Amino acid sequence: MVEIAQPAPPGRRQWGNFALQAALLIVVGGLAYGAFVNAAYNLQKANIASGFRFWNNTAGFDISQTLIAYSPSTSTFGQAFWVGLLNTLLVASLGIVLATVLGFTIGIARLSRNWLVARLAGGYVELIRNIPLLLQILFWYNAVLKALPELRSSISLPGGAFLNNRGLFLPRPQFGDGFGDVLVAFLVGAAATAALRAFARRRQDLTGAPPHTLPYALALMVASPLLVFFLAGKPLTFSFPEMGRFNILGGTEILPEFAALLLALTIYTAAFIAEVVRAGLLAVPNGQTEAAQALGLRSGSTLRLVVVPQAMRVIVPPLTSQYLNLIKNSSLAVAIGYPDLVQVFAGSVLNITGQAVEVIGITMAVYLCISLVTSLLMNLYGRKVSIVER
Amino acid sequence: MKRLATAFAIATLLTLGSQAAFSQTLKTVQDRGELVCGANGTLAGFGMPDPNGNWVGFDVDFCRAIAAAIFNDPTKVKFVPLTPGNRFTALQSGEIDVLSRNTTWTMSRDTTLGIDFAAVTFYDGQGFMVHKSLKVNSALELNDASVCVQQGTTTELNLADYFRSNNMSLKTVTFATADEAVKAYDSGRCDSYTTDSSGLYGERLRLSDPDANIVLPEIISKEPLSPAVRQGDDSWEDLVRWTHEAMVDAEELGVNQRNVDDMLKSSAPDIRRLLGVEDQFGQSLGLTNDWAYRIVKAVGNYGESFERNVGQGSPLKIARGLNALWTKGGLQYGLPIR
Repeated sequence: MVEIAQPAPPGRRQWGNFALQAALLIVVGGLAYGAFVNAAYNLQKANIASGFRFWNNTAGFDISQTLIAYSPSTSTFGQAFWVGLLNTLLVASLGIVLATVLGFTIGIARLSRNWLVARLAGGYVELIRNIPLLLQILFWYNAVLKALPELRSSISLPGGAFLNNRGLFLPRPQFGDGFGDVLVAFLVGAAATAALRAFARRRQDLTGAPPHTLPYALALMVASPLLVFFLAGKPLTFSFPEMGRFNILGGTEILPEFAALLLALTIYTAAFIAEVVRAGLLAVPNGQTEAAQALGLRSGSTLRLVVVPQAMRVIVPPLTSQYLNLIKNSSLAVAIGYPDLVQVFAGSVLNITGQAVEVIGITMAVYLCISLVTSLLMNLYGRKVSIVER
Repeated sequence: MKRLATAFAIATLLTLGSQAAFSQTLKTVQDRGELVCGANGTLAGFGMPDPNGNWVGFDVDFCRAIAAAIFNDPTKVKFVPLTPGNRFTALQSGEIDVLSRNTTWTMSRDTTLGIDFAAVTFYDGQGFMVHKSLKVNSALELNDASVCVQQGTTTELNLADYFRSNNMSLKTVTFATADEAVKAYDSGRCDSYTTDSSGLYGERLRLSDPDANIVLPEIISKEPLSPAVRQGDDSWEDLVRWTHEAMVDAEELGVNQRNVDDMLKSSAPDIRRLLGVEDQFGQSLGLTNDWAYRIVKAVGNYGESFERNVGQGSPLKIARGLNALWTKGGLQYGLPIR
């Protein structure tokens, strides 16, 4: 005879669960509170300044790349924080876009029937993902610095741009009065194009007539803003970079630190994304491809319309992890002097104010927020591409 | 990354740990059998291991002097290399007993970090190094130049101040360590590298072509470098301060490493008090009365340590300047032992 344990009556078990969870919550909350009180007490006892009053004090140090107005004489530590955060977001968002494009290309190339292309893509993945990222960042930084010429022998690029070991200097567009109208014309054109495409797609669903929206899209999004541009009297001039005594002045500057970091993050993460994409594509049953070909679709259309949409639901969750890795890895900027959040805030600001607990706490919270928002967006996207059960 | 890791460790320690009794530093050091000294680690002349792994330098000798006073053995020191970013947290958390790492004594550091500065061991000031090929003779010609600088230092702030007050603009490139900043300057990323002028001489020797670089004459800031200790242990602070005073007093009185044994027989009351032949000054520090004798015997007087590490006896060849004795036009003024 086997004795079977009688399950507790549902009501009682529920109460037990509830009590257990409440107890756990109290313990965790108590620990957190204890840690907070203990830290505050210890800081006070050791005569170390604490609190967030430093936020509005004058920063006093300079930052090499600022996306918002910043001056060492008037800006505060708080503004330095925003400068660092925006620099992090800039390199992370550009890195995500570029790594995705490169990663998808290589992932697809690795499955190519062309022997050489597939082997090259495979070699890329194995080489790149097995070398530590920090080394790659240092490699690109030194390669960029060493390979480019000195300031006085800068390479002149067409269109008035310069390239040297201080960075890439581009003409900066300066928008005059009336440029807003051009933007409005473009936005109206874009909206009209979107509506047109939706209409063409519905028509295709109903009648099977293939959509031909490209000429209309060009007219709406390129020709009409151009027309407005000339009617408004060409409200766009460029400030060209010029050689000064020490540096190239004017224009827009792309720092070598930024270029090296972006390059390293893109190349490194793309290797992982390529594997994620390859796994996703292989997860789509071969029958789907065969069915598509039987219907007469070409291989490009098969990939675009049949395989990739089904692969996306497998690709998105691990892709999210890669995006999060890229965002967090951008903090390695500290090794080459790119002024990201860690370099500026957990570096200069921490050292000058000495308030390690507050600064590290804020920095960790910020990365947590960025990561959670990224996950949220990717989950929403993942839900959109998941298979709809009908 | 290391800096961040340390900062994180400190944050954790402050959050979770209970503050150990920091008020018994001398007893802790004696029980441990060695002094733990926060040093630079990469700055020639001030704190750096030599090719054999022995730590040498002006700041290093100061810690050896403390060890000599306590243990009568200048080798009983463990040196911890620190960056500007983790030096204060290392001191605050009790990881080191004394910070002797070319650290500028400023009001905010003194009043908000929970630390105290003991005595100015080196009067320094910030300077600039430039590539000779730029044909620059003065820092005032550096308008629009790119300047490489190490972050988390007073240097970073003085640099912005100096350019602002002279209505010049600059492009700062900030690095976490001096090594990276110097390397970037050497590769032509910047026109100029700035740090305390004592550091410039040391770093210049490590460039690929030292002779292609010059140090500009301007000194743009006051950098009184001082060892620091935790607040709340006044007798330990006294010990650290009087170690420096004893070295300066020894130089003033003409007591040096070679003649210190003969000086024990001196009849001059100042010398007899310094070397512990008379009175009990050592005991009031919690040490033996021959504490200053041990210091001079082990590392020499202030001038000897200076010349050996950064002065004429070293590759740096820094002039005494402000660090000459007050009797010779400098600022080093040994407080009286009596």
